[in-house]
Amino acid sequence: MTLATAILLTVITAATPLLIAAIGELVVERSGVLNLGVEGMMIMGAASGVAVAIITGSSTLGVLAAIGAGVALAAIFALLTLALAANQYASGLALTIFGVGLSGVVGAPFVGVQREGIGRITIPFLSDIPVIGPVLFRQDLFVYASVALVIGVSWFLWRTKSGLILRACGENPVSAHALGYRVLRIRLYAVLFGGACAGLAGAYLSLVLTPFWTSGMTAGRGWIALAIVVFASWLPFRAMLGAYLFGGLIILQLHAQTAGVAIPSQFLAALPYLLTIVALTLIMAARRGTGAGSVAPAGLGQPFTPDR
Amino acid sequence: MALVLERRPEAGKWALLLSPLLAVVLTLVSSLVIFWMLGQDPLRALQVYFLLPVSDAWGLQEVMVKATPLVLIATGLALCFRSNNWNIGAEGQFLIGAICGGGVAVWTHGWGGPWVLPLMLAAGALGGMAYALIPAVLKVKLRVNEILVSLMLVYVADLLLDWLVRGPWRDPFGFNMPQTVTFAPEATLPLLFQGGRMNLGSVIALVVVVAAAVVMARTLKGFEIRLVGQAPRAARFAGFSDARLTLTVFAVSGALAGLAGVLEAAGTVRQLLPGFSVGYGFTAIIVAFLGRLNPVGCLIAGIFIAITFIGGENAQIVLRLPRDMTLVFQGMLLFYILACDTLILYRVRRRVPGVGAQA
Repeated sequence: MTLATAILLTVITAATPLLIAAIGELVVERSGVLNLGVEGMMIMGAASGVAVAIITGSSTLGVLAAIGAGVALAAIFALLTLALAANQYASGLALTIFGVGLSGVVGAPFVGVQREGIGRITIPFLSDIPVIGPVLFRQDLFVYASVALVIGVSWFLWRTKSGLILRACGENPVSAHALGYRVLRIRLYAVLFGGACAGLAGAYLSLVLTPFWTSGMTAGRGWIALAIVVFASWLPFRAMLGAYLFGGLIILQLHAQTAGVAIPSQFLAALPYLLTIVALTLIMAARRGTGAGSVAPAGLGQPFTPDR
Repeated sequence: MALVLERRPEAGKWALLLSPLLAVVLTLVSSLVIFWMLGQDPLRALQVYFLLPVSDAWGLQEVMVKATPLVLIATGLALCFRSNNWNIGAEGQFLIGAICGGGVAVWTHGWGGPWVLPLMLAAGALGGMAYALIPAVLKVKLRVNEILVSLMLVYVADLLLDWLVRGPWRDPFGFNMPQTVTFAPEATLPLLFQGGRMNLGSVIALVVVVAAAVVMARTLKGFEIRLVGQAPRAARFAGFSDARLTLTVFAVSGALAGLAGVLEAAGTVRQLLPGFSVGYGFTAIIVAFLGRLNPVGCLIAGIFIAITFIGGENAQIVLRLPRDMTLVFQGMLLFYILACDTLILYRVRRRVPGVGAQA
């Protein structure tokens, strides 16, 4: 395996959790709901995933538990913001604080317990193609699932009637409601889907990327996923591009650290966060230049209460 | 379910006070259940969390030590949140305040005078302000999302502090420990009483709360902040500038978070080290909401949350509960506050069948 292949492989593994979480949040935001609790749902997914996997010895059950934890937390958020029309910003922050805390409690007994990570799948013959073979055909299931998610979500949002209705709820909930669509119910499904994705992304961190639990292991990835959604202008394939760019950055700074570049490691570690800010700034400046106006769903972050 | 939310024409005054109290009670009841589920004696746990911290003079002083940064930061955040500016990077501004103020202490170590302390406080507040203005300026100029920028800067500030105390600012005689020198006496805040750590910082926090309360209730700026939050369109017609207000509230909240940081450095910790903050900047978000985004409310809420902070540390030692338990309670408290607020703003009504039935 060449060095380029090796680097590409690690970029993909670094990008996959960002991509899965971002795709989930993209659907949530397209329905008009801003869930700032991605970090909380993701880390709860990571903690419950590894806890259940260690107890039962089954990675599959671990992944299911992670998805379940993400959905459960998303359900709390939905109860607050949809049923009770609470402030979405504050509810999302509460969800992150709650999730980070609860993950510490759930994960406490499993600190430092090592286990076998979920391995890669090798597709015979195809994986023997030089360079692209190992990159495309020797990955773990999550990577394929993330690509399937992107294609599936893109198809759903722009090629199905349900997707059109979901986007309508995000652009103009009052009109969608007037047309007879159940805005709150549709938003509920979107929020739960987002929770499932965040949980799955967490499972990838604790079951594949670093197959053990450490407190605070998401390290802001949930927030970067939120940034990717903005960066991607709420478009699934651009989110994929964004996730791979960020994954590349993370790997680049890791390689620079191990190669002993004469820059303090803290500066390299700060790069993904700084570059998130730079990326958001550049994309907003570019949008201003084209005079395209806001591309965010028009109803994003506004609570909706059906009056009749 | 045939229940609908209907906006109340006017929120009752009593409900504004009742809602946070109800939220606290609900959190207490939920924590009893959680303690019981974890196999702890619920009443014993409650005692460790809420009574032990306030059962002696030393403990009471510790409560004020912890409440000081929370109240200062929350007061600033309340201004932001009221005017729909989402500064959630107070933790970063707090750290930058500590770095700027602590930097003065490290730099003047050995040759300082009585002028060092005022210089430190000014440096801390200005540092925090400058750091908060980064997301504010990006928001105003390019409409960049202030939530993400302010939050990303927390991680950056954290890494900056880490680098400083392991690198250029490390105590040369500190046995290679990642920490700065212990600040000289002229770079530390005087203690208020013997036998505790309560210092001048708590007095400063109190003054800030009073000042903020007066500004909010009695000045045009305070009215502007409240108006922009409640009725942005009306505020625009009244000629108030969104952009200027965003810059102002970010600058004020950043300065207060920075001040909290330098007070923590000069008053409580008396040096800089990697685990310098215990997450005051994030907890202050909850304090601000529990205090109804009102300066005096933030003071009361800050003291209450400080008690649970110390309670959490006690529980870690006495009951061997993970420290993150405190975060769980804090998150839960914010859930309940938000849920109870709905009961203020809305009234739950049964939907009349036949009228406006949905497809």
